Amino acid sequence: MNSWITSNVWLIPATPVLASLLILGFGKSARFTSSAVAVLGQIAALAMSIFAFVPTLHSHSFRAIQNLNWFTFGGQTLRIGFVLDPLAAAMLMMIALVGLCIFVFSIGYMSEDKNFSRFFAYLSFFSGAMLGVVVANSLLLLFVFWELVGLASYLLIGFWIERPSAAAAAKKAFITTRIGDMGFFLGILWLYHASGTLLFYDGGRGCLENVGLLALGASATFIALLIFCGAVGKSGQFPLHVWLPDAMEGPTPVSALIHAATMVAAGVFLVARVYPIFAVGAINGVTTSLTVVVWIGVVTGLMAALIAVAQSDIKRILAYSTVSQLGLMMVSLGVGGVAAGIMHLLAHGFFKALLFLGAGSVIHGCHHEQDIRKMGGLRRLMPVTFGTYAVGMMALSGVPFFFSGGWTKEEILHATANWSHSHAPHYLMMIGVILTALYMTRQIIFVFFGGKRSGSEQAHESPSVMTIPLIVLAVCAILFSVVLTPAWPWLESYLTGHPARFDPHLLLQPMIIVSLALVGAGVSLGIWMYRRADGRDPLQQAQPALFRFLENKMWIDEIYDRTVIALSAILARLSDWMDRHVWDGLVQDIGRIGQFFGRVTTSTDERVINAGVDEGTVGAHGFGRLMSRRHSGQIQTYLGAIALGMLALVLLYAWLG
Amino acid sequence: MTLSILLVVSAALFCIGLLAALSRRHAIFILIGIEMMLAAANLNFIAFWRFAPQPQPPTGVMVAIFAIAIAAAEAAVGLAMVIAVYRHFRTTNVDQLDQLKG
Repeated sequence: MNSWITSNVWLIPATPVLASLLILGFGKSARFTSSAVAVLGQIAALAMSIFAFVPTLHSHSFRAIQNLNWFTFGGQTLRIGFVLDPLAAAMLMMIALVGLCIFVFSIGYMSEDKNFSRFFAYLSFFSGAMLGVVVANSLLLLFVFWELVGLASYLLIGFWIERPSAAAAAKKAFITTRIGDMGFFLGILWLYHASGTLLFYDGGRGCLENVGLLALGASATFIALLIFCGAVGKSGQFPLHVWLPDAMEGPTPVSALIHAATMVAAGVFLVARVYPIFAVGAINGVTTSLTVVVWIGVVTGLMAALIAVAQSDIKRILAYSTVSQLGLMMVSLGVGGVAAGIMHLLAHGFFKALLFLGAGSVIHGCHHEQDIRKMGGLRRLMPVTFGTYAVGMMALSGVPFFFSGGWTKEEILHATANWSHSHAPHYLMMIGVILTALYMTRQIIFVFFGGKRSGSEQAHESPSVMTIPLIVLAVCAILFSVVLTPAWPWLESYLTGHPARFDPHLLLQPMIIVSLALVGAGVSLGIWMYRRADGRDPLQQAQPALFRFLENKMWIDEIYDRTVIALSAILARLSDWMDRHVWDGLVQDIGRIGQFFGRVTTSTDERVINAGVDEGTVGAHGFGRLMSRRHSGQIQTYLGAIALGMLALVLLYAWLG
Repeated sequence: MTLSILLVVSAALFCIGLLAALSRRHAIFILIGIEMMLAAANLNFIAFWRFAPQPQPPTGVMVAIFAIAIAAAEAAVGLAMVIAVYRHFRTTNVDQLDQLKG
């Protein structure tokens, strides 16, 4: 069984895609069948992921690859393939498990939607594409799945297509990520030009192995930066982060699955996957491309955390929190903590999906109210949601010891502290940790504590089909920390290939005390600031200008409107003007020359030739009238005539031999 | 895999495409039919190249890829025309479009 799945990894992404096609075949009315097929497909993917996970445990640095020729073009053979290594196996497990929870949750959340089955078809399609990104062993194949994931994201953000804001958000997400993907694609072309292969691993000849990396030489920096463009777009890094908060227009399970747990992590995964290209020619673990990654991550992490403090939509707070956490992961990758970054990615997948589904449960319970200032007192009305949400909040804030996020954040802070280039990211990320604790405390206080407000009067607990996935994810968010502790860094050793030792003394490190202090500071600052908040924001009253600056997302959207979008509008208007006045005028002038000659010939015609031809025209007129009856104006009649004519020619040819 | 099988498939594809282009009333389906006929032509091209006595490595693929690229451009123009026609006539049913009438 084990060897069977390691040599057929492609089955894992294929199963949900197949489920998706089946669901589309069933049609709109098969609501129960659709959800059942989607969930079964996801269970099958999860089971196969577990079977694929088991053999990777047996040996350190396990790697199974299967490559095949896609097509031959002249002397060049384009090859694609699939790979199973610890990085892929861990991601497979996370995606399949979180995906399954979200599928089940969606059955409850979307139960009243008229396009229920289409939703599950898209979800399955997304799941398959995302699993494909993880197991691709060729940058080209990864790019194909990457774009399929982007398509699924577009379809799901715009799922409620009748809302103009959802349609606009879907378009914005698609176009913004396309800008990054353009760079990514150029990077792929350059990589192929430089190394002659797009396979990651190919028995020593892949582009991530010694031969390929040597061939890159100095161009590695540019290739890495171009590939990073794609990651910036997909993972919502500054300056292409603007699409992610708008993507919250989609149904909440979609936000949980795509825009929190899996797809946006694909950028981080991509950087981790092609890390050797980033690290070519590293001195003390520092290269130009990695430094860019660090600073983009730092800017994104801090900016998004600041904006999150002043948002009032429950999902937008989580969206900015996601942007900020992705920045943190990028910082970790950039400073060399690849394992720490991926560990945070996996842990984040669990607890952010939990938070989003919790938010979905709150929104469902409050009858589609999303403004946290109108909620309040939900602690008693929705106890299960509150309990699981609190777990998610503590995991996200990074409370040490019991919650997965605490350990991974501590690892990341550790990695940034050891960066030889600069210590600034370390201290800036500490501020980020405080801000995370602050805005999550603010959200919890607004939503769950205090008295009932207008939006929460009629609130009710969600059905068990929605609360059970919450509980499963909450348990995951806590239990996952067992394999993350520095005392027994099992996951880190699994990812890096160094054997792990159990050493309880490492449990209490100075960095743990530091992160405990940081989280404590953030939470107590939050409690102190918002303790008496009753539907109004104390920060808004104390610092209205600052609050407005943050509430409007630092006016980045407006800046883009005035610069990039205005510029392209001006260009479009310029081309329109050129078309109307310059080219059109030119054509008109040429036409006038023709008209002049026309007038000359008319006069000769009328006086000299006309008389003789007049007679002939009578006959032609009759024939013309006969033919004009054939001209019905129906293009299909014309097409049919062409087809008949062609058939006649073929028959003639056959007859004449 | 012999040449004749490929030719039969391609002929079938062409006929299906032609039938779609002739019988569907929706402009987009007609475009789809035309695309199918193009695909059939491409398949023929590749098949003859593949089974030629001495296939030159890139020629057949080159022409097919060229044709695919042109087909993509054609589809873009065609769809844009369908949208323009829809905006103008408020319909994409080709039975109701008889402005070409002589």
